[in-house]
Amino acid sequence: MNRRTMLIPLAVLVMYVVAAVFAPLLAPDDPNAVTLARRLLPPGGGHLLGTDALGRDVLSRVIFGTRISLLVAAGAVLTGGVFGVAVGVIAGWRGGRIGAVIMRLVDVVLSVPFFLLAILVVAVLGPSLLNVVVCLALVRWPRYARVAHSATLQARGRGFVTAATATGAPAWWIVLRHVLPEVLPVAIVVGTLELGLMVIYEASLSFLGLGVQPPTASWGSILSDGQQYIASAWWLAAFPGIALFVLVLAANLLGDAARDRLDPAKRTEIPKARRGTRRQARRQPA
Amino acid sequence: MTELLDIEDLRVDFGTGREAVRGVDLRVGRGETVAVVGESGCGKSLTALALLGLAPDGARVSGSARLDGAELVGLGERELRGIRGDRVSIIFQDPMSSLNPTTRVGTQIAEMLAIHTPMRRSARFRAAVELMESVGITDAPERARQMPHELSGGMRQRVMISMALAARPDLLIADEPTTALDVTVQAQVLALLRERTRDTAVLFITHDMGVVAEIADRVAVMYAGRVVETGTVREVLEKPQHPYTAALLRSVPDPDRPVSGELPSIPGQVPAVGEVVEGCPFSPRCPRADDACTTAPVLEAGVACWHPHTDAQTEAGAEDAR
Repeated sequence: MNRRTMLIPLAVLVMYVVAAVFAPLLAPDDPNAVTLARRLLPPGGGHLLGTDALGRDVLSRVIFGTRISLLVAAGAVLTGGVFGVAVGVIAGWRGGRIGAVIMRLVDVVLSVPFFLLAILVVAVLGPSLLNVVVCLALVRWPRYARVAHSATLQARGRGFVTAATATGAPAWWIVLRHVLPEVLPVAIVVGTLELGLMVIYEASLSFLGLGVQPPTASWGSILSDGQQYIASAWWLAAFPGIALFVLVLAANLLGDAARDRLDPAKRTEIPKARRGTRRQARRQPA
Repeated sequence: MTELLDIEDLRVDFGTGREAVRGVDLRVGRGETVAVVGESGCGKSLTALALLGLAPDGARVSGSARLDGAELVGLGERELRGIRGDRVSIIFQDPMSSLNPTTRVGTQIAEMLAIHTPMRRSARFRAAVELMESVGITDAPERARQMPHELSGGMRQRVMISMALAARPDLLIADEPTTALDVTVQAQVLALLRERTRDTAVLFITHDMGVVAEIADRVAVMYAGRVVETGTVREVLEKPQHPYTAALLRSVPDPDRPVSGELPSIPGQVPAVGEVVEGCPFSPRCPRADDACTTAPVLEAGVACWHPHTDAQTEAGAEDAR
């Protein structure tokens, strides 16, 4: 993906952020205003995307739902990312038995089924926005820990790390100054790719009633409400579904682009110089 | 008076008896430059790294290395940190990989100063520029703001030298500091090192006999993780006693006497790390080996060999080689 095509998912993502931030201005109605007289109206007319079983405006609810999706996804990526990177770097830097024990723990956490843990967390802490973030971070930090671990091991073998050690620099300094800058780019790539997944996970939890509680609008809960009317009122499930789909697609495309840019080994684009030689080769008679 | 650095029976073991350094004995006096020569894999770099506790993970260091009478082997990270860069500095072979490619060179020197001096932040960068000037970098104020890749190899090594000498260490370890450089640049860097280390002891690791003649006061020849011969530069280069040293010197081409046919080389190979060596490690490749060589010789009177070349024999051997 080149720079220009990378702009499209970026623009889509920015659009979602704008929708989330300015939701009260953009939404035509109060997302929670119940008007039973206007229930299950099809799209068009006074309500662009129709109304749900309680007569609430679907467009307004989808716009407000963006807030929950982005907040949870960003929160989960940040908490999980920071914690995972810290664990991975420590394990990689210390190495030896401590590192091995930490990384086996990471393997254990990775093997815990996500929804089982989610149900456990909700059962213990109760369903809330914060607990959804905690739950997602708890499940996903090992991803970051793994890549941070291998990037740290790589950085540790770099000449300038040995050189810095030889100048008598303390370990924390070397880690912050020389190791972390090598680790962060990979962690950012993982974070971008995780973003889409976190959106899906949040919607799944809310769909199951383990996430944000009604009447707060979340794509997952709108979908869940609409599920009963799927045969008669398709718009209830379709629009939050489309919003979810487009956001996840944009996040994934951006993640791929970020990986391509930061990881030369996985670069899909042919470097300019080589393109030139290929053209030259083609010009030569076969 | 004790020597500045006194290494005795230093061993580096990669576990289950896989020894790469098999009992090195070496002394470096104050202000003296000692060259350690040997083929690749003879353990010369590892010996140097072990002194500063920089041996790779999984390596066990035993024996003794005393700096000014204080033991270095077995020190904890905290104590080592007080010695590294402050009392003992090291310059590595490749200055490009020793510098962080994402940071301006001046900043990197300033960071070194932050560790070892109480200087203020604003003073550090100025001091870094002065250090760069002291190692002969022209336009130092501009150069200090450049990235490592914008500097030439020689200049990068000058930067490393300035960092290594910034805290006025007692001992400088130079691990093949000129190997990655062009020959002309090599001569300049050697001259710089010689000039800037008049009062500093230097442990100079190299495989280049020409460099040895250029810079060292004394030489230690290493083979298979041991010192097989030591002496002053004159003694060792002109009258090598150990057959290995003699063979090594013969394999250096002489520009005044172009070689006809093949370059002289030493048959066979260095024993691999961990290979069990019984007796003299050089005996399988040695033209003088006999039954006596099945027991290991000890370093006595500057040479570890049962059948060292004496003066007359060396002359004869040299004649043969011609």
